[in-house]
Amino acid sequence: MAAHSDIVRQDLKTQRRLTLPSVAVIFLFGLVPLLIVMAYSFMKPAVYGGVEPELSLEAYVSFLFQRDLFDDTLVFSADYLLIFLRTALFAMVATLTCLLIGFPTAYYMATRPESQRNRWVLLITIPFWSNLLVRTIAILFIIRDDGPINAGLMALGIIDAPLPILFSNTAIVAGLFYSFLPFMILPIYSSIERFDFQLVEAGYDLYARRWQVLRHIILPIAKPGIITGSVLVFIPAFGAYVTPLILGGGNHMMIGDLIALQFRAARNWPLGAAFSMILMAFVLILLILQIRKNPREALHG
Amino acid sequence: MADLAQRKPIDVRRQAGFGTIAIACVAVLYLPIVVIILYSFNSASSLGANFKGLTLEWYRLVFADAAFFEATWMSLVIATCATGIATVLATMAALGTTRKREWTGQRAAFIMINSPLMVPEIITAISLLVFFSSLSTYTGIEFGIGKLILSHTVFCIPFAYLPIRARLEGMGLDLEQAAADLYARPRDTFRYVTLPLLAPGIGSGAALAFIVSFDDFTISQFVAGPGETTLPLYIWSRIRRTLTPELNAMCTLILLVSIALIVVGFVIANRRKSEK
Repeated sequence: MAAHSDIVRQDLKTQRRLTLPSVAVIFLFGLVPLLIVMAYSFMKPAVYGGVEPELSLEAYVSFLFQRDLFDDTLVFSADYLLIFLRTALFAMVATLTCLLIGFPTAYYMATRPESQRNRWVLLITIPFWSNLLVRTIAILFIIRDDGPINAGLMALGIIDAPLPILFSNTAIVAGLFYSFLPFMILPIYSSIERFDFQLVEAGYDLYARRWQVLRHIILPIAKPGIITGSVLVFIPAFGAYVTPLILGGGNHMMIGDLIALQFRAARNWPLGAAFSMILMAFVLILLILQIRKNPREALHG
Repeated sequence: MADLAQRKPIDVRRQAGFGTIAIACVAVLYLPIVVIILYSFNSASSLGANFKGLTLEWYRLVFADAAFFEATWMSLVIATCATGIATVLATMAALGTTRKREWTGQRAAFIMINSPLMVPEIITAISLLVFFSSLSTYTGIEFGIGKLILSHTVFCIPFAYLPIRARLEGMGLDLEQAAADLYARPRDTFRYVTLPLLAPGIGSGAALAFIVSFDDFTISQFVAGPGETTLPLYIWSRIRRTLTPELNAMCTLILLVSIALIVVGFVIANRRKSEK
């Protein structure tokens, strides 16, 4: 008995030792930097970037207020809040569009004969893992004023002048949709793929209509996948940086660019750090909600 | 009555219009990629929409560009180092969290290892910028290219970890148990039983890690110092000036690298799956 518990103890010790290096690297170069950012968000900006080690809530205050230059009073200012809300709106529209297109696609994939399913998954996986910067440049390329889409529409006589799609809100939302669509399809696919369709047959035997079957049998089955997919699209869309950088042309900022700006040209690290913390808090709340909704799926996402 | 008799057996899975949407969806996903590849062979020198004829001129220009090769080399070095470190660490961690007992704190370790996936990229980027610059201000430690390697390693670990762990979970303990029953030393059991079985998992984990490192733009943009231009950073510096057909050729080359890796990884994973 004693020997057995020794073996157990030895095993556990080995397992801990094996796991430790990964945890240590991520702690040191993932978590510690985040904690530093959190600390910086409560400090004052130094003139040339960096921070003055002095406690201050100024960064968080300026999310909603602007300090009057002359008498130092606080005036409500919606500039940053509007960027935040615009980001939320863009991310939401992109997520809904992904769901609208992604659900039927995932369903169609999952109902193909088994031999074809892998090919479909590969087809969706390739863009998923392709270079995001390059894919975004590709969008820029096709929606330019003299790009193929506008040229095609003009050649067909549908429009007279090129549609100014580039550097518009539409371009950003379309870019987000395109970038993160596979994140929606794949989880929904895997939630439907396991499903036994005899239940659907039973539904039809009971004279259910197609949309009733969809509504009352398939949607509940796909729900965990839909939730996971929506979170997986919404979170990166909300924190998007590359998409608005390239397709927004600097005019239509999202929170990701705003953060980047504070660490570059604006040189206000505490403000950028505070925005990061607000964004991070938002993401964490979403993740916790998702894990509560379906604990099983969450651990595999 | 006639109506009833003529009714064909219905396909219970079919939903009207879903097939069309699926095909449209794939078309949308591939359209920009295909267009950019196509135009990289377009002989018209201005980047209009008209397609004049085929040429390899743009590729010739890309291959004559020394800065392109430097950036590619930089990307390869960083991706190889980050993938190597991340895959070894992730394999160890995957063994530690699946073989063979559950230990206190294991769940916390699991969350920790996957945490880089939950942080928006821009936040990871600025936090690493702040971290390394504070480090050099307060302690004078400079990492050079190590900054990029370490930053990439952090987010490569979960990408390598997940497929390896999935593979281990699907393997069961029977074979390792059998080896142990035959008096194999733990080291030999690992070398001759566990490792060969685990190889596809390690392979796809490493492929994913390599792709995410090779493709990374946001984090590199904030962390890279002068003279540490990776391929995506080089492309970004070029696109800021103007779109050129040469740029299309470069983008095509990058796409081919990731597509090749994905397809190879996918084929390996599926062949092993069907063997099992």
